[in-house]
Amino acid sequence: MDMNEIKEIFFQECEEQLAELESGLLKLNDGDRDPETVNAVFRAVHSIKGGAGAFGLDDLVSFAHVFETTLDCVRSNRLDPGPEVLKVMLKSADVLADLTNAARDGGSVDEARSRQLIKELEALANGEVLQASAVAEPVVKAAPAVAAPVVNDEGFQPVAFSFDDFEADEPALMEMPTYEIVFKPKSDLYAKGNEATLLLRDLSRLGDMSIHCDMDALPTLDRLSPESAYFSWKVSLKTDKGEDAIRTVFEFAEWDCDLEVSLVSDDAAAPSEELPMQPVPFDLSILDDEPAVSVGVIEEEEQLAAQQAIRDAAVSAAGTASNVLQMAQSATRTPAEKSAGAAASAAAQSAAAQQAAASAATPTIRVDLDRVDRLINLVGELVINQAMLSQSVIENDANGTSSINMGLEELQQLTREIQDSVMAIRAQPVKPVFQRMSRIVREIADMTGKSVRLITEGENTEVDKTVIDKLAEPLTHMIRNAVDHGLETPEKRLAAGKSAEGTVRLTAKHRSGRIVIELADDGAGINREKVRQKAIDNDLIAADANLSDEEIDNLIFHAGFSTADKISDISGRGVGMDVVKRSIQALGGRINISSKPGHGSVFIMSLPLTLAVLDGMVVTVANQTLVVPLTAIVETLQPEAAAIHSFGSNQRLISIRNSFCPLVDVGRILNFRASQANPVEGVALLVESEGGGQRALMVDAIQGQRQVVIKSLEANYTHVPGIAAATILGDGRVALILDVDTIVAASRGQSLKPEMSLAAAG
Amino acid sequence: MTYAAKNLTTDGRELIAFRVGDQEFCVNVMSVREIRGWTPATLMPHAPAYMLGIINLRGAVLPIVDLSARLGMKPAEPTVRHVIIVAQVKNQVVGLLVDAVSDILTITDDKIQPTPDVISSEFERSFARGVLAIEGRLICLIELQSVFPQEEREAA
Repeated sequence: MDMNEIKEIFFQECEEQLAELESGLLKLNDGDRDPETVNAVFRAVHSIKGGAGAFGLDDLVSFAHVFETTLDCVRSNRLDPGPEVLKVMLKSADVLADLTNAARDGGSVDEARSRQLIKELEALANGEVLQASAVAEPVVKAAPAVAAPVVNDEGFQPVAFSFDDFEADEPALMEMPTYEIVFKPKSDLYAKGNEATLLLRDLSRLGDMSIHCDMDALPTLDRLSPESAYFSWKVSLKTDKGEDAIRTVFEFAEWDCDLEVSLVSDDAAAPSEELPMQPVPFDLSILDDEPAVSVGVIEEEEQLAAQQAIRDAAVSAAGTASNVLQMAQSATRTPAEKSAGAAASAAAQSAAAQQAAASAATPTIRVDLDRVDRLINLVGELVINQAMLSQSVIENDANGTSSINMGLEELQQLTREIQDSVMAIRAQPVKPVFQRMSRIVREIADMTGKSVRLITEGENTEVDKTVIDKLAEPLTHMIRNAVDHGLETPEKRLAAGKSAEGTVRLTAKHRSGRIVIELADDGAGINREKVRQKAIDNDLIAADANLSDEEIDNLIFHAGFSTADKISDISGRGVGMDVVKRSIQALGGRINISSKPGHGSVFIMSLPLTLAVLDGMVVTVANQTLVVPLTAIVETLQPEAAAIHSFGSNQRLISIRNSFCPLVDVGRILNFRASQANPVEGVALLVESEGGGQRALMVDAIQGQRQVVIKSLEANYTHVPGIAAATILGDGRVALILDVDTIVAASRGQSLKPEMSLAAAG
Repeated sequence: MTYAAKNLTTDGRELIAFRVGDQEFCVNVMSVREIRGWTPATLMPHAPAYMLGIINLRGAVLPIVDLSARLGMKPAEPTVRHVIIVAQVKNQVVGLLVDAVSDILTITDDKIQPTPDVISSEFERSFARGVLAIEGRLICLIELQSVFPQEEREAA
């Protein structure tokens, strides 16, 4: 394994950590105060920093470090993660993702933005550090800390006690606080190549230190396991560097040891409960000798220490389990987690955590995508083979009661089951895409000055990986449109009697073998008058056209609406809905909109669960069997002689409900026959193609509708214009899948024959 | 002894000989994946005349080339007696329609005579690697990669 491979793994893990980070922050944003959530967030940043350090990615390390410091304040309850704080943190998560991408793919990062965020993060951390260390630091700086806006509610109200008294009481302590550190390595620490001696030596550089080694746990020689850790150390350290500096020393060992850091300035009753070992007389004597300080300070200190103890207990208990837990949470889709996502209640969260912990025993493996694809191909062949076998048995065996038929039926069920389970391997939850959307929403909301809340539901709905990969782009466009055009400004919302914060709801669910994704906003809805007027202005509809509301709403998918400033005043951000529609159609999907004036719009996308199969209409053209993707077909009709009109030299139009539509003879375009077929003898498929134009494709007959497995033509041959791919029918013959867009383009006079050079060469 | 080992140890090569029209040709056996009977092919639009279409080879799409037409002879009229040689050409698999497969020859390189310069066509000279005289028959050794030059495929 070379360095690049290791780096690749690091970036893969980074992606997982970033997803974990974002979902954790979003949970916090929903009011979750579970220490485990905070820990998960902290760990994510910490791991990225650790890995980045190993690869010398300095930008990433320095940003992650600042981020981590601030998160540590949250973790140690010194900073309350209020909405303002979380806003900064979510932005920081975005920048961290950018930096990670930049580190992997090159490219640039908005440096001004990351510097700005570093400042904001530092301000948050410092505002807090001041507050926390106010106990140890004299006077003056305490005032701004109290005034700092980030410090609010629960647990950390600034306390109005007198620093002066404190200082007067205990001047020596002010100068050099003494920390007591209990360091108990686990065997993992040594297994990972850390060395207690080195850590302690680093610690000694911070100040004046005395170490006591506790060897009580050391068993007799016959019971001693050479790879276990038995020693623990109790260190009393006089330093002015602060607790953070101490924790930094143990940074990379933190999860593999029990670490207690406490400030020895009171009787230290609280942490001792959590100590894994017996207090040593020497240390106790020091503590006992400490004179009592003012009551207010003690309370404050105890609170701190207690919180610290709780946190450390949580960390050490969860330390090892949490990684597994984390994986389980991302890898498994428990119903409880779904409900937790919606309700965000503490009860549901802990239920989810428990369930995730329970299912943590389910192991997962990373598999090369190629291997899965190969399996899928083989199963595809199996399905075709089975269909062929069935067909030939039916042809040769008229009285279909034989045991062969029974066996075949069972085989058919088995192959279907195998196909389903193989497809399930490729299926992935839409969660990563949805998570990306929350970032888009934040950015657009910032840009437009709107306040937006994104609610995602059903993010564990699974769909084929290729579909997920291609879903991000249209979804991004739609989210942008929803925030930019859909939602009103806060002022307008308030005026309309809505809350200032707009809501965008992104939902995914399975429905009859397809995935349905809904994007709803609670904005103003589509201004039908405006859309209608625009359509008339652009000659899309006649001025007196009688359109239903639904028809008007769907006009926005028309190519004529492709630029933003036609509907909204914000230019440059809008993306044509026709582009969205086209990319959804390219995925074999459909998109619809329904809108209620004043209540918002809902976009409903229905997509196939996989791109390996396709719903097609099997047709005959010049004795050849072709498959037309069902999604392209608007309607089919039997042309009557009276509806066919010749036009120009060799064009023909068909009149459909008083509008004329060019007739395209598929057999002629594909050169299957020399002259145009008589339209009256065939069937016309009304298709809608890129550019929004409708064409009537002439075919000889329709055989039926079928789900077909898509096969590549390029693998052994070459791309053929007008043909999207091939498939294999039940009789074992290959049928070509029509590329409707290029057929229509060819009918406009564009050439469809670039490969004739091959014939010429031959 | 496996084929590969045999090839290595005897310093010779194995060739598959087949008949196209009234001529005999051969190709290296290592590039042949399988031999199968003719099944009707699906026509490809805008394909060159020698491209008979595509067939289903256990789930993969296999283009069929009429070798007779490709080598500049009379186009074949495929019947059930025709056979398809499934061959690997670079990273693609193609089917060659031939009249019949005659036998497998094991020869050493010195048996291969240079192509007589009576062949005038540049193209025919490019794929003919040499000729073999076996039991009074003339067998032309062809190079499949020259029959399907990569640049033409890319141009397509």
